[in-house]
Amino acid sequence: MSERPFAITLEVGSSRANHTGSWRSERPEYVRRMPPCNAACPAGEDIQGWLYEAEAGGGGYHSAWRALVAVNPLPAVMGHVCFHPCEEACNRLALDEAVGINAVERFLGEEAIRRGWEPPSPAQPSGRRVLVVGSGPAGLSAAWQLALRGHHVTLRERSKQPGGMMRYGIPAYRLPRRTLDAEIERITALGVQIECGQRVGSLAYALQEGAFDAAFLALGADVAHHIDIPGATAARVIDAVAFLHATAEGQAPVLGRRVVVYGGGDTALDAARTAARLGHGAGSLPAPQPLAGAPGAQEDPGGEAPPAPQEPVVVYRRTAERMPAHPQELAEAREEGISFRWLSTIAAARGERLVLERMRLDEQGMPQPTGELEELPADCVILALGEEPDLTPLQGLDGVIGEDGRVAVNEAMMTARPGLFAGGDLIAQERNVAVAVGHGRRAARSIDAYLRGFAMPGEEAPEPVAFADLNPWYFTDAPRQVAPKLARIRRQSTFEEVVLTLAEDSALYEARRCFSCGSCFSCDNCYGVCPDDAVLKPGPDGSPYAIDLDYCKGCGMCAAECPCGAIAMVPEQT
Amino acid sequence: MSAAADRSPQAERRDEGLRFYQTGTFAVGGRLLAEHQRTVQSQPRRPSSLTKGHRACQGCGEALGARYALDAALRAAGGRLIAANATGCLEVFSSPYPESSWQLPWIHSLFANAPAVASGIAAALRAKGREDVRVVGQGGDGGTVDIGLACLSGMFERHDDVLYICYDNQAYMNTGVQRSAATPPGARTATTEPLGGHPGNDFGQGKSAPLIALAHEIPYVATATVAELHDLEAKVARAMEIRGPRYLHLLVPCPLGWGSEPSETILIARLAKESGLFPVFEAIDGAIHAVAKIRRQVPVREYLRRQRRYAHLFADGGREDVIDRLQAAADRNIVRFGLLEGSAPLAGDLLGAPAPGELDDLSGAQAP
Amino acid sequence: MAEQIEASVAIATAVARCRPEVLCAYPITPQTHIVEALSRMVRAGDLAPCEMVNVESEYSACSVAIGASAAGARAYTATASQGLLYMAEALFNAAGLGLPIVMTVANRALGAPINIWNDHSDALAVRDCGFIQLYAADNQEAIDMHILAFRIAEQLSLPVMVCMDGYVLTHAIEPLELPSQEQVDSFLPPFAPRQILDPDEPMTIGAMVGPEAFTEVRYLAHLRQQEALDAIPALAQELSERTGRACGGLLSGYRTSDAALVVVAMGSVLGTLEVLIDEMRGEGLSVGALAIKTFRPFPRAEVAAALGGAARILVLERAIAIGAGGVLTDSVRWALGARQTPLHTVIAGLGGRPITRRSLRPVLEAAATGGLGELHFLDLRQDLVDRELARCRSSARPGPHAEAILREIGIVGAGPV
Ligand SMILES: Cc1cc2nc3c(=O)[nH]c(=O)nc-3n(C[C@H](O)[C@H](O)[C@H](O)COP(=O)(O)OP(=O)(O)OC[C@H]3O[C@@H](n4cnc5c(N)ncnc54)[C@H](O)[C@@H]3O)c2cc1C
Ligand SMILES: Cc1ncc(C[n+]2csc(CCOP(=O)(O)OP(=O)(O)O)c2C)c(N)n1
Ligand code: SF4
Ligand code: SF4
Ligand SMILES: [Mg+2]
Repeated sequence: MSERPFAITLEVGSSRANHTGSWRSERPEYVRRMPPCNAACPAGEDIQGWLYEAEAGGGGYHSAWRALVAVNPLPAVMGHVCFHPCEEACNRLALDEAVGINAVERFLGEEAIRRGWEPPSPAQPSGRRVLVVGSGPAGLSAAWQLALRGHHVTLRERSKQPGGMMRYGIPAYRLPRRTLDAEIERITALGVQIECGQRVGSLAYALQEGAFDAAFLALGADVAHHIDIPGATAARVIDAVAFLHATAEGQAPVLGRRVVVYGGGDTALDAARTAARLGHGAGSLPAPQPLAGAPGAQEDPGGEAPPAPQEPVVVYRRTAERMPAHPQELAEAREEGISFRWLSTIAAARGERLVLERMRLDEQGMPQPTGELEELPADCVILALGEEPDLTPLQGLDGVIGEDGRVAVNEAMMTARPGLFAGGDLIAQERNVAVAVGHGRRAARSIDAYLRGFAMPGEEAPEPVAFADLNPWYFTDAPRQVAPKLARIRRQSTFEEVVLTLAEDSALYEARRCFSCGSCFSCDNCYGVCPDDAVLKPGPDGSPYAIDLDYCKGCGMCAAECPCGAIAMVPEQT
Repeated sequence: MSAAADRSPQAERRDEGLRFYQTGTFAVGGRLLAEHQRTVQSQPRRPSSLTKGHRACQGCGEALGARYALDAALRAAGGRLIAANATGCLEVFSSPYPESSWQLPWIHSLFANAPAVASGIAAALRAKGREDVRVVGQGGDGGTVDIGLACLSGMFERHDDVLYICYDNQAYMNTGVQRSAATPPGARTATTEPLGGHPGNDFGQGKSAPLIALAHEIPYVATATVAELHDLEAKVARAMEIRGPRYLHLLVPCPLGWGSEPSETILIARLAKESGLFPVFEAIDGAIHAVAKIRRQVPVREYLRRQRRYAHLFADGGREDVIDRLQAAADRNIVRFGLLEGSAPLAGDLLGAPAPGELDDLSGAQAP
Repeated sequence: MAEQIEASVAIATAVARCRPEVLCAYPITPQTHIVEALSRMVRAGDLAPCEMVNVESEYSACSVAIGASAAGARAYTATASQGLLYMAEALFNAAGLGLPIVMTVANRALGAPINIWNDHSDALAVRDCGFIQLYAADNQEAIDMHILAFRIAEQLSLPVMVCMDGYVLTHAIEPLELPSQEQVDSFLPPFAPRQILDPDEPMTIGAMVGPEAFTEVRYLAHLRQQEALDAIPALAQELSERTGRACGGLLSGYRTSDAALVVVAMGSVLGTLEVLIDEMRGEGLSVGALAIKTFRPFPRAEVAAALGGAARILVLERAIAIGAGGVLTDSVRWALGARQTPLHTVIAGLGGRPITRRSLRPVLEAAATGGLGELHFLDLRQDLVDRELARCRSSARPGPHAEAILREIGIVGAGPV
């Protein structure tokens, strides 16, 4: 270099001596922000996180599934039955359509079953014993989490088989029993003891007798609301949960040709669709179901040919728009020929007919009687008017049942009695599997803390990432993949799955539609767009980037061009 | 986990059809991309031909564009590249004694002579039989379309083996933002103040260096912006496959001169293209053969209002007439160059434009 | 062995024997014949490997040479007059970057009025650009100086301008000795650049330098030119050992040792002077001549020494510093330091006017006797000037002097420009 002319000729890269970082008034920081899907998921799944794994395809499915079951032991089940509020919150809606989160979850869940992926290994045994009552999703979720944390779990279930409403409520055409069985088996494989046919009559007694250190109550809610229909005979009125339960156990009652379902929730639709299938010869189905599509799966119930059935009619006092049932369920019911009498209540029964009263909606959208009556022929009425929990096992436990007659819990899911936790339909306003799974997990975390003497974690709710926080330029238009459906004709008479699992490429495609809201997805944009070459990409793909603060001038381009809003500009301390 | 590692060839092939952020045209990189789909900028050990410590303003588009273009050229040349640089911001912020930000052999001589210096380097290499070493000449819009045009034209006409890159920030920035022949109408500069009824820079002036280059019928002419890296890199790569004079006109927003947010440099470049004001095209052997289609069209207003050099068009009362004329200019480009999906350039309007239907779509040209 | 040859072709041949790798030039009279000859050699493949770049301007010519030289090639260009000034910016740049470019300047007057004939105003206008400037007294020296120039340039990393009077020298056809290829090769080693644009050893050439180091950069450039004052005579000596004749240098005196009047001059006029001096010596007049062969760097000490015995000095200028006087005069006076030797400036030969012995003799005689003024214009047509001045006084809008004078003497601008 000494030969080179002074000052005019310089060493390459010597500007590294000039630390332009001192110009900066704001610095970029990598952040992980709450994606709206995660924020909306009642089960508390890290949706963006597992989609990120899944979008790699191949080995990525396994890591995605592991991330999934770390939170939720029932991904395949949930992939079938969850109402996916995550998708309503999905930022991609603002661009084209929501990511098919639920369909990918189902794909991963089924993939795990197909490939026999092992559950994660539990922590060292803690020596603590926990009683879980009820094997619905809340109970199973809590049991899974507790077992993973090394606690000994005893799960008591009143019915013959575990699963709660997933087995005895949700019809098989929406949730094949082999899927449910497979996921429950994985829970028992983790060491959870499920004792079926064991109703807990008195919790106080059970706790004492079993020397449990803590307990989680997940009794569900299956005591149906009743109304009296003047003129109706008890034999012709049945409640929906009982009807579905019996059907699930292979003992479907004889309903007659003309079935009327009363109510507007999902249960009403399930009852109607189940009745339709029975009327068309599915008969009293054995549970669990044989493989979907296997020849000869559905036998004719035999006996003399029944008179041609009519499709069930759902009677509801408000309109389709105001129905609590999920739109997708309504659409499928319609596809299957279920008909509806909107703005109608059942006023009375007269022989083989029901008397309906027409309603109108007032300004608040509440149905008001009009006095207009009409008749509807009916051989039987299925009531689907809601359910409430059976709290008798809780008697004798002070303060657990509040003055309003309900079980109250705090943020940590603990009842008024220390060490006694509760969740699922038993306490929930919103009753669904995802909420139940979320309750089970939160309760398990609290129980774990309780048993180890730590403070119980609260549930923080950070502001989710909005569409405006993203840079959508980087997302190509990619229309949603629609899961294939079973042909209508087969749906009329079989309990085969209506909505089928996505094929692998479609699932991958869906996963890749994710914007990765609020989390870096290693697109290299920040590394690329920095005019000051001040973003470091230290390791192989997927390892985190870093800002070289010696040189970053704080222009904010990396933050502006981050597709997923994972870089924040924060003021420099001066 | 390294996902890419355990992917089947079928999966690779299928991904070629998936156009997403990870596998598509827009982001810099993505962990899911196959090696050949990755940009040079995404490489952990990219050349960074213009490295850290330079003195460009925050968010300087020229600094970014230079690294983008030269890194791509370096890669295409297998690291064997020499650059000759005109006077201007790029030169001043990169090489003030005692520090240089360049990591390739680089020379600055004068404001107007970069193309000739590059020609001289190319001649030397040819004489020495070292044609494995490639040459880039580069400068700002002033250095290129104004004072350097004669040298550039000579370099083109002689068929010298040089890729010339113009970093167009639409004014003489280094001397404090004066008008150049690349300053667009309506823009305020220190010498085109919107005084006395003038709209900022006057309409009916200026020249298109890319079309001038095209008229030389050199083997390669292209325009690009810092907003579309894949497109830019592909153009540099294509240009480097060719011997002889090649011209790349790169739009590089200047936060200082344009009065834009430093963080919006790329956004503004993108809006310039998406509004139709800056047509992005590629011409081979004197004929335009591909244009980058507008992906999400925006009115010019969207582009203008983010820049203080156009603030007078929106200030009290505003100059709707000027905005309308600018919109008309964009609309004309859209028709002339066939910038909308499904359209083609007007045959005969542009030098050597092919018949409609003969065009490739460049938008997402690298999309697998 | 001498051969009868046009000087331009001889220069081209000498340059070719220096094995240049990149040649570039833009045509301007009277440089053209040199470049045409070189072009023929390159086209015919006689000069290989070598690239000839037909640029679109002198500005580009110098710029191409800059690029080529920075990339490690031996680069050569040639120009004159307007072309030299059109290069001006690039000249300073080439020198500032320390690039050993060799350039022939076929000295020619500068317009307006445009004029294609010889004087030194072009080279002297850029005397401070940082190039070494050599002035050839005759064509043999011009040939040798080109070979010397490449060696000096590359040894010192400085560009060199070889100045030779346009037409007077460039277009002369005379017997000239061309150094053989072997002689040149043994004198001029392959170019080993001080700095080079090379991907194997990248560097940044042409930094911006601010007040904190600019003075030092300039001072170092000055020092380097001072080094040339030692290098040039040594190299000239080395070359002359090979050729067996004097080959340039800093300066040379002709009968100066005992001369009372010394005429200082540059370029081809020295031949005329030598003949005149011999005549005048024969008449007992004590006259000598000092040829400045290296004007940049200016050999101040050597000039002072050479003029040590002179009682009077006459500086014969082939250019005019308008509004001041002579360019060379200033340097000579500076060389004299505190010495008060009487000094006359004679402006002669502008725009191609011949400098004849007949005109010079009375001026020298007047100078020798103290009868010459400080500034004298040789052969000035006083009648013409007087008439033009009178016309100006009489007319409110006289129009350009030059045009009026031309009309007056009936010259209608002629020849290639
Ligand atoms: C017809 C129908 C369809 C539905 N469809 C959907 C759907 O598509 N998607 C969705 O997300 N949700 C759906 N739900 C709601 C969902 O099934 C419930 O919200 C969920 O199962 C609640 O879980 P849980 O664990 O709280 O209670 P459950 O699932 O009801 O489980 C409670 C369990 O506790 C047992 N148990 C009760 N008391 C005792 C006792 N004393 N001792 C021992 N065991 C006891 C019960 O036998 C039962 O197995 C549906 C519900 C019904 C009725
Ligand atoms: C011959 C000459 N004229 C003028 C200048 C002053 N000058 C230096 S840089 C510059 C502006 C450069 O503008 P541009 O080429 O557009 O590059 P930018 O700085 O905008 O990137 C000017 C006018 C100069 N250096 N040399
Ligand atoms: S795009 Fe992805 S991260 Fe964002 S809300 Fe939708 S699924 Fe969640
Ligand atoms: S003035 Fe503009 S071009 Fe120059 S360094 Fe600043 S941002 Fe870059
Ligand atoms: Mg500019």
